[in-house]
Amino acid sequence: MTNDPVDVLIIGAGASGAAVAWSLADTKMHILCLDQGGWMNPAEYPSTGRDWEAKFYGEWSSSPNVRKRPEDYPVNDDNSPIKVVNFNAVGGSTVMYTAHWPRLHPSDFKVKTLDGVADDWPIDYDALTPFFEENDRMMGVSGLSGDPLSPLSHPPMPQQPLGLSGPLIGKAMNKLGWHWWPSDTTVATMDYEGRARCINLGHCTPACAQGAKASTDITYWPHAIRAGVELRTHCRVREILTNEDGMASGVVYYDRDGVEQFQPAEVVIIACNGVGTPRLLLNSVSGKFPNGLANSSGLVGKNLMFHPYAQIYGFVKEPTDSNRAPPTCLWSKEFYDTDLSRGFVRGYGIQFGRGAGPVFEAVASEQKGILPWGRDHHRVFRKLNGHRLAVSAICEDLPEEHNRVTLDPVLKDSHGIPAPKVDYTISANSRKMMDHGLARGREILEAAGATDICINDPIPWGGWHLLGTARMGTDPARSVVNEWGRSHDVKNLFIVDGSIFVTSGGVNPTSTIQALALYIADQMKQRLANLFD
Amino acid sequence: MSDAKELTAAQRADLRTVAAMIVPESAEYKVPGADDAAIQADMLATLGRDTALVAQALDHLADLAGKPLAELDDARRDAVAQEFRSRGGAAAATLVRVVLQCYYRDDRVLRSLGLELRAPFPKGHVLPDGDWSLLDPVKARGGTLRRAT
Repeated sequence: MTNDPVDVLIIGAGASGAAVAWSLADTKMHILCLDQGGWMNPAEYPSTGRDWEAKFYGEWSSSPNVRKRPEDYPVNDDNSPIKVVNFNAVGGSTVMYTAHWPRLHPSDFKVKTLDGVADDWPIDYDALTPFFEENDRMMGVSGLSGDPLSPLSHPPMPQQPLGLSGPLIGKAMNKLGWHWWPSDTTVATMDYEGRARCINLGHCTPACAQGAKASTDITYWPHAIRAGVELRTHCRVREILTNEDGMASGVVYYDRDGVEQFQPAEVVIIACNGVGTPRLLLNSVSGKFPNGLANSSGLVGKNLMFHPYAQIYGFVKEPTDSNRAPPTCLWSKEFYDTDLSRGFVRGYGIQFGRGAGPVFEAVASEQKGILPWGRDHHRVFRKLNGHRLAVSAICEDLPEEHNRVTLDPVLKDSHGIPAPKVDYTISANSRKMMDHGLARGREILEAAGATDICINDPIPWGGWHLLGTARMGTDPARSVVNEWGRSHDVKNLFIVDGSIFVTSGGVNPTSTIQALALYIADQMKQRLANLFD
Repeated sequence: MSDAKELTAAQRADLRTVAAMIVPESAEYKVPGADDAAIQADMLATLGRDTALVAQALDHLADLAGKPLAELDDARRDAVAQEFRSRGGAAAATLVRVVLQCYYRDDRVLRSLGLELRAPFPKGHVLPDGDWSLLDPVKARGGTLRRAT
């Protein structure tokens, strides 16, 4: 079935798709977004039920391979020590994320110039500054301006409370003389733009029933839809088609009834994340593009970067926030910049964890062998539960072509579309960085008086940040899109998600992903008259 | 992997026995064991997508024991449990997690831990704002962002 043509077709309604849709809406073009998921119902979010923690191991797992909702697609990540995690719905993975909101630093855009590794980005931090600010207003950010070791931000809401865990961390960091600062987060600390303030439901990651955590289904999308953008849900795109001129002509998708549809479009924008985007491009094979669409460089799917998380945690005598607070409230940039005396190049941010709920604590501690079976179980559990502090080094991963997303020859999703396959190894540089982070984390925990110290190295289900698989650049032989997000090969095809990152920085990327999406939308608007030249 | 849709009577009996080995009743803390009837009923009612792996774990346990777990003497039962936990892989981990996730949402257990018997939403929790003067040394120390050029 063929639909009426649209001016702009966006694939994916997550972090970047929502931002680009909202920004382009003021052009008054006919904009359509297709998403494989649907609208979420906050009344059904885990924190509304007594079994909220159990749901994290099943229908609300962060892994699509465990969760297996109809909207999910499988990922073969057997050949990776870090497993892909995501969420598929309107709002995408902003429905299920920690809401931690650092930005890449200015120096992150000039890695080759400063440190002689990887590549510089074709744009700099200053190009994104107005879009970071705009995005912070749209998403609703809380934080404390003035961090001496982070880019200047102006959060419209005050920072989260320190709670019980924050002072323990702050005192330990002060004892060591190391930097720490309240995190910028997308947790509303006051009523904001129709969102109710945070009431500390507990761990924010698996969706916020209060609506205090920003996800694009409750931030950008209501504005975009009011401005005329059409959002069609439960529509899974199989491939992008091209015409005889080598331009994208539209997409083939399966609607909510499984019926194959063709949607013609003048412009196609991909916003499917660093795994979904290369999967779609590699599935879009034709006589003109036999190796996948926009892939003349051969780099589609290559240079996959996660952020390997080296986590260390322990248990203090004082009570911590456990499950009664957003999970992250503080960061440190003490080890963010290159210091070659540490034995590796680049660096890592630190995010601190406030604690865990009782079920998570019991399950994790039993697995680590510190919570015994039998008579002593109760005594030990009472020592552990509500006393956890965690330190995670979020390590900058550098691009390597052998870390890649390809199509699995066997595995398919529920519509028969080939699934992505991830091949990834942690580099020697990242390994040294992780070891450094674990050693510093141990010092922090010991300064806080923690015992029973355990590590997750890496956090196995920590593949949240999916970056680099359709990188931006000025050289068509070494990049997939140009410096404003347009495919070098297909002049009406744009990519706006984390796959266009050149390097990864050492921080959570969603703020930068959305700033990039807004920047690309702005570039498109400035060039509407000659967009395809 | 077993494609069991529900546990057999023998599997349920072994589940009860191993649950009590993981979390026994405690008079000191005034809590039931994980073999308590209500907690067992919760496990069986909510096994859902875990049924096949739990059944697989219980079959492994039965193979190791050679007879119903409850009929082993304490020393032999402990040896079987140790072997099961160290070599049982994902299935054993799933069984243990099912036991713990049902145990640590039981009203009597939560009450003993001093936790409220409710879902987090809609009441939420109150956090102390904390002493922000702790940040003064960081402000005093200052610092500069690495230059991009």
